[in-house]
Parts: sequence; C-alpha cells; structure tokens
Amino acid sequence: MTTEAYPTTDVARRRLAWDFKAASRRALVDDALQLALLRATGKFDDDRRTIMADLPDAELVRERARQIKDDVLAHLDVYLAQFAEQVERVGGHVHWAATAAEANAAIAGIAREHGIRHVVKSKSMVSEETELNAMLEGEGIRVVETDLGEYILQLTADRPSHLVVPAVHRTKEQIADVFNAAFGVNLPPEPTTLAATARARLRDEFASAKMGITGANFACADTGTIVQVTNEGNGRLSTTWPPVHVVLMGIEKVIPSIRDVPLFLKLLARSATGQPMTIYTNLITGPRRAGEGDGAHELHVVLVDNGRTAALASPYREVLRCIRCGACLNTCPVYRRVGGHAYGSVYPGPIGSLITPLYEGKARFADLPHASSLCGACLDACPVKINIPQMLVEMRADQVKAGQRPAVEGLLFRFWALGMRSKLLYRLGARFMRLGLAPWSADGWVARLPGPFAGWTDHREFPLPSSKPFHRRWRKLRKEGGDEATA
Amino acid sequence: MRASLFITCLADLFEPAVGVAMVRLLRKHGVDVDFPEEQTCCGQPAFNTGSWDDVRPVARRMLDVFDGAEYVVSPSGSCTAMVREHFPELFADDPALADRARALAGRTYEFIEFLVRVLGVTEPGARFDGTLTYHYSCHLRALGMTTEAEDLIRRLDGATYVPLERRDQCCGFGGAFAVRYPDVSGSMVADKVECIIGTGADAVVVNDTGCIMNISGALKRRKVPIRVIHLARILAGEVTGP
Repeated sequence: MTTEAYPTTDVARRRLAWDFKAASRRALVDDALQLALLRATGKFDDDRRTIMADLPDAELVRERARQIKDDVLAHLDVYLAQFAEQVERVGGHVHWAATAAEANAAIAGIAREHGIRHVVKSKSMVSEETELNAMLEGEGIRVVETDLGEYILQLTADRPSHLVVPAVHRTKEQIADVFNAAFGVNLPPEPTTLAATARARLRDEFASAKMGITGANFACADTGTIVQVTNEGNGRLSTTWPPVHVVLMGIEKVIPSIRDVPLFLKLLARSATGQPMTIYTNLITGPRRAGEGDGAHELHVVLVDNGRTAALASPYREVLRCIRCGACLNTCPVYRRVGGHAYGSVYPGPIGSLITPLYEGKARFADLPHASSLCGACLDACPVKINIPQMLVEMRADQVKAGQRPAVEGLLFRFWALGMRSKLLYRLGARFMRLGLAPWSADGWVARLPGPFAGWTDHREFPLPSSKPFHRRWRKLRKEGGDEATA
Repeated sequence: MRASLFITCLADLFEPAVGVAMVRLLRKHGVDVDFPEEQTCCGQPAFNTGSWDDVRPVARRMLDVFDGAEYVVSPSGSCTAMVREHFPELFADDPALADRARALAGRTYEFIEFLVRVLGVTEPGARFDGTLTYHYSCHLRALGMTTEAEDLIRRLDGATYVPLERRDQCCGFGGAFAVRYPDVSGSMVADKVECIIGTGADAVVVNDTGCIMNISGALKRRKVPIRVIHLARILAGEVTGP
C-alpha cells in the first residue's frame, strides 16, 4: 500500500510548489480512497445536519461562539497572559514557542530533564505541524500514538488526511491488512475486532509511558483549565496515567472563561461527528494535587505561534476562529472527491486551503485557494461562521495583485473586461464564439474544446450557443407583449 | 410594478428560452417587464478568479444599466449573489458608487425568489406530466433560499416529485474551477449525474444556467435522455412534459 502523503523529511520536495492538480488526479483514481471518503464524509455530514437542525437556537449558538472567538482574537495578548498566569497559579508550567522548532525544543527539554524514553500521545494537529514525532524519535524516544486513527497511520508511516478522523482515507479492509502485517495476526475487516486489538496493545503503552502529550480543544483564560474531548478515552489515559503531561496547543485555542465551555462543546461534537457530546470530556486544571488519586504529577503547557500571529495581523484573521471540527471537510464536494492528502499539508479541506498558505507560504501553496468551486457549503457548516469562500477569493485577488498568475490568464481577463464594457463587442463576441464552435458541433453540442478548455470536454459536452440569443428575441417579445414570442 | 430583466450572459447565449419564459410569466403576474439592452455580464468569472481590477469597470457598467430599475430579476442565483454580495464590496473605496451598489443589491432578486418573496406566489399554476427531481444550486445558499423551488415543483399538476440525493452538493461547475481542475470538477458532476439517474426522473429542474450547462453536458456525454429544465419554462407553460 503506497501513500502519497505530503512529504515530511524530503527537504527538496518541500521547496517545490504544491501541485494540487497532480495530487487530486492521483486521488481520483484511487478506488479504495474513493470508497473510504464516500462512506465517511457523507455520514458525518448528514449526521451534523440532522443534529444541528434539532439544536434549539442553533443560529444564535453559532453567532455567540463567533462573537466569543472574535473577542478572543481582538484581545489575544490579554487572554493569553491571563491563561498563562492561571496555569502557573494552579501549578503548571508554561512554555512559549514562536516556531515549530521552539515548541519541539521545549518538549525535548522536558523529556531530557526527566530521562523519558517512552511517550504516549493523544491526537494533536499542532504536533503534526511541528513534526514532533520525528523530533522525539531523533532523540531516541519511543512515541506511540493512541488515537485509533493516528495509531493506524503510525504503523504505516502515514499522515492524517482529516482534522478529526485522521485515517479517514483508509477502508476497514486496508486497516485489517495493516494490523495483520504489523502484528502477524489474521484479523477480519471488522471495526470492533480491529479496535479491540488496538485497545489491548495500547493498554500496555499507557501503563509504561512516562509522558503523555496531548492537544487542547479549548483553554480557559480565567481558570487555566485545559479542555480536551475524545471518543476513545485515550485522552484521559494519556493525561492521567503518565507522571508528566505536556499540552501542545496553538495560541488561538484560548477562550475567555470556563463558563464558555458548554457553548463550544454544544457545537464541537455536533459539527464534527454529529454527536451531542463526545464520549469523554476532560477538564484539566493543573497537575495532581495532594490527596488526589490520579492525574499527572507535572503539567506543561506549550503555547505555539508558528504563523498564528502573522495570520492574526493579516486580513485573514477569521481563520483563527477555527475549532478544528472538520465540518467544512465533510461537507466539501472537493474534499469528498480528493481527500486530505491532495492538499499537501497538515490542514486539508476548505479551512486548510486558507490556513496552509498562511502558515506555510502563499507561493508554495498558491494552488489551494483555487481548489474550491466556491459552493459555500463550508460557510454553511462552520459552527463559528468562518467565511471561507469569501477569503478564498480574496487570496486569489492577492495573487493577481502580486502578479502571481499566468500571464495568459491575465490577458484573457483583460480582453474579457474590454468586451464586456460594450454591448456591441459583447454581441459580436457571442456571434464569433458560435461561428467558431459551430463547425465542431453536432446536434447543438461540442464534443471537443480547444486548448485550455479541453478539460471541460474531457468530462462533458459543451453546448453550442443559441443561434438566437435572448437579446435578439427581445424586440419581438416587447412588441407582442409576450404572447407571440417564440422560444 | 416594473421589473428589469437581468438575463445574465450565460442565459442570454445558452438558454434564451428561459428569458422568454420569465418575461411571459412575470407579465402573467401583472409585472411590467423591460430589458435594458446595454447589459452584458455581471463580472462574476473575473471576480471569482481574483481579477478585481478587471471587474470594477464591468460592475460599474451594471450600476448604470440598471440605474432606476424598480426590481432587477435574474434567472441565475450565482449572478444574483454576485450583485448582492460582491458589488458593494468592490466599490468599498468609493462611497458614492458603494451607495449605488448597495441600492442595486437591495432590489436584485433571483427569479424564484422574486416570485415567492415579492409577488407572494404559492401556487405554480402549471403542469408537468412526468417525474421531476431538483438540483439545489449553490448560490441559493448565499441568497438565503431553501425549499422555495421545491415547494412549487411539488404542487405542479401532473408531476411526481422525487427528491435528489445530495441535492445541495455542488455540481462541480464553479466557473474557472471547471477549467482549472477539470478532473475534480468532472468527478463532481459525475456524482451529480449518478444521483439524478438514481431518482428515475424524466427531468431535473435546475435554476442556474452554469449548473444547467454542466449537468446537461454531462448527461449528454453519457447519452442519458434526462432533460435539464429551468423552472421558469415549466411555470410559464412552455414545457409541460419530458
């Protein structure tokens, strides 16, 4: 099973501009991927719609969540300082990391200090951003992913293709093959059996690991509380069993108050998987205190910037509202066809098409803002109302302003604009198009278009323009009051 | 009441019968219809690709063409959304033009939206002898439209309505998107066509010319004899069966 996941360590390939067209073509002919995507995204999207429709005042809840997030972003410095102070007040340690490298170095430092050789990890997209596993392994530390999806990916050196369901690109049949090859067993492609197998193996990992690394879904500024949700319980085991707990989180995850948690929880699981709540919701305020029976003895919170303050200062600040529910991925007709790896980075789908250029370079990921038909389904699905289609078009406009598009396309639109500024030229152009296409048509359809438009006719016919456009029917229609007009 | 027809370039050139049907139907409802002949295109293709400097003069022209119109009515949700959502922001730096853009945006309607919300039409007053399904075009979302067209289709005399699976999933047109990433777009329209075929309908109602071109072109390529019809043509009594 070969994967075309985005490159991790291949430095030469990382410098190349990401080719979405080539990547999406590979995805479209991958039958297993198509099957896996169809099974999963449709169900998540349907379930989200159903449960959101049943949520009383859903629109008000979304609007309130948007307001809170915008307030946080407008005063991020204040909330972050408050959060850090509270974490320290309850006995935790705070590490500030401007870059991925700084975040990894902070975690490596903690591991070295405690002589840690074995780490369990609960799912964290930020750790994908910083490529934490590779760094820890380089330090000779054994890292085990404990989210089932991440666990599957780790066995094949694969990478997540979804924010919530990282192994969504794998069918259960493929997963059975992975387990059978890795463990020398012979399991059927049966989800319950596969999960039970992973569970049994992971139990030993939790028991022996000396450090648990997790992400954070929300971080409360007023109490220093880390909120973490999972469906598998691996988050709770990662944060309570090993003696050291490290939280790796983006700085945008802070919310003003623990009182805001219910509102966001109301939206997160509904938007992500169509559940009213996740199975496990952990609120962690500081390390284990005297007299408590569980919890890590030491808590570290690593606050990661890695491009976020630059996004905050840009016209694209809105992207930082994202609570990583993945609803925009599940509903996106493009993501549904091509899957996450086609986007070439940690964050795929509609939100990734904005975040990736912002975090990793607009030039390298110049394709991504175009990887959308602008259908608007993502905006409809987003629990915090991020106007993704609008910002995709703005990024395209940025590219035009910066002269980053093919000269031919620029010229084409220049001519188009000239033509559309004159009724005469528009009408002449229309006639010319019909005359030009007519010889290649049959029954009013063109089977092959030339040059850059050939892609259209690779998949469908192109209609021949009418021999009598509406503007030539109007005079008669006007005179005859509509009665005698011929269609 | 007077409505100015904003035919849109695609409907003008590829689906002129839709314009004829709209004129007839609006007149039937007592609306005076005019057609400002200077109109060309709203500029959406250039806007969506980011060529905003090329769009402005074209959009500016639209402000002049429809200056003084009481209502502006278009057969396409996406062109309506272009005027309503994007014209005001295109002229954000010029308060006078921005005012005019907002005024135009405030009186521009998609055709079905105009029938239902402005004229208060609830009964289609037309028939279709056959089975119909319906594709929800993406830009109706931007206009806040939901089931207006379906409600009318369900009440057509003689028609059986079969809802389309993934009815509001984009057909893959997306203007330049279909040219830039034709294989992704082609895969999207293939899925749409599969869903349409799955309904067993004789015809699919599609109220946006871009989607009509895309879906009918894909059905044609697969030699599937399912018609793609704009609802205006059925409501005007011009099309009464498959």
